[in-house]
Amino acid sequence: MTRTTIDLWVGFFVALGLAALLFLALKVGNLATSGSGETYAIEAKFDNIGGLKVRAPVKSAGVVVGRVSEIRFDPEAYQAVVKMQLDTRYRFPRDTFATINTSGLLGEQYIGFEPGGDTDMLKSGDVVKKTQSAVVLEKLISQFMFSKAAGDGTGSSKE
Amino acid sequence: MDKVYKAGAKVAQFLQFLGNAVTKRIFRLGFAARFFVAIFLQSGTAFRRFNLTSREVYFSGVLSLIIILVSGLFVGMVLGLQGYDTLQRYGSTEALGILVALSLVRELGPVVAALLFASRAGSAITAEIGLMKATEQLSAMEMMAVNPIARVVAPRFWGGVVSMPLLAALFSAMGVLGGYLVGVKLIGVDEGSFWSQMQASVDFQKDILNGVIKSFVFGIIISWVAVFEGYDADPTAEGVSRATTRTVVTSSLAILAADFILTAFMFTGA
Repeated sequence: MTRTTIDLWVGFFVALGLAALLFLALKVGNLATSGSGETYAIEAKFDNIGGLKVRAPVKSAGVVVGRVSEIRFDPEAYQAVVKMQLDTRYRFPRDTFATINTSGLLGEQYIGFEPGGDTDMLKSGDVVKKTQSAVVLEKLISQFMFSKAAGDGTGSSKE
Repeated sequence: MDKVYKAGAKVAQFLQFLGNAVTKRIFRLGFAARFFVAIFLQSGTAFRRFNLTSREVYFSGVLSLIIILVSGLFVGMVLGLQGYDTLQRYGSTEALGILVALSLVRELGPVVAALLFASRAGSAITAEIGLMKATEQLSAMEMMAVNPIARVVAPRFWGGVVSMPLLAALFSAMGVLGGYLVGVKLIGVDEGSFWSQMQASVDFQKDILNGVIKSFVFGIIISWVAVFEGYDADPTAEGVSRATTRTVVTSSLAILAADFILTAFMFTGA
C-alpha cells in the first residue's frame, strides 16, 4: 500500500464522514429551516401555558411564523411570560390574539396568532395584550363530570 | 493454639490478596493517566508528519467502514420494523421518522459504532503495539533515540480519535436510510410525514452535535485504552492475547459508563 493510495482512501473516508454529518444536519435535523433570516422578539402573558416548551412553533393560519425563545414566570402578576422570535417577513397587527393550541389530541403545543384589525403593527419588544391560556384536558373533563353530576343528581339512567 | 495461628495466616493471606489486587489496579490507573498526558506531550510528531497519522486513520477508519455501514443499515432497518410495530398500536406511525432518527443520532449511532470500533480497531491497535513490544521493536526504537510514544503510540491514538466521530456519523446516516427503506419503501409509511416530522423534532445542536461530542469522547476512550493496553502488555504471546481481550472488555464498559454520564449531562433538564 503506497502513501498516495492511503491518502486517497483517507480523503475518501473523511469526505464520506463529513457528507454523513451534512446529511444528518440538513436532512434529518432542522439546521436548514431554523435560524434562517432576521427575527424580532415580542412577548405575551398567559395565565396558564400548559405544556408549552421553548422552541415550540408560533403559527398563524397554520404556517410557522416564529418560535418560542424563552418562558419565564412573572412573580408579580403570577403569570407566564412567553418570549417569541418572529420572522421579520411577517408583521402582525397590535391587537393580534395569541392562543395556546394543541396539534391533535395528544400532539405538541404551539402558539396560534389570530390577527386583528389594527393598522399599527407589533414592533420588537411589544407585548401581545389579548391572550388565551392553554386548554387543560383534566380541567375540561372534571368540569364536564361535575356539570353532568349536578345535572342529573338523582342518578337516573338517563343516557 | 496452632489452629488459631493457621486461621490467622489464612486471613492475612486473603487480605494480602485483596490489597494486592486493589493496589495493582490503582498503580495501573495512575500509569494510564501518566501515559495519557505523555501522549499529548509527544503528539508533535503525529501532527508534523501527518502521513503517520493518516496511515492510522486508514487502518482504523477506512478498514472499519464496511462493518460500520452494514451494521448501521441493519440497526436502522430493525428500528424501522420494531418502531412501526409499536407505534401502529397508538395509530401514530408517522412518528416513525422521529423514533428512528432520535434513537440513532442520540444513542445508538455513537454507542454501537464505538462498540464495533473498539472490537474492530481497538483490539488491532493493542495487538500491534503489544507485538512490537514483545519483539522488542519498541526497545530498539529507544536505542535509536526514537521516542516510541511519539512515533508509534501518538499517531495510532489520534488516528482513532479522528476516525470515531466520522464513523458514528456514517452509522447514524446509514441507520436513518435503513429506517427509511423499511418504514417508507417496505411498509408504506407516508414519506412526507416521515421526513418532515423527523426534521421538526431533531435539533441540530441538542441532538446531532451532542451525538458528535459523544462519539468524540468515545474515540478518545477507545484509543487511550487500546494504546495503553498494548504498551503495558506482558511481552509474551499470552500477554498480548490477554491485553487484546482487556482492551475490548475495558473500552466497552468504559463506553457504556461514559455514555450514561454524558447522557445525564446532555439530555436531562430543559
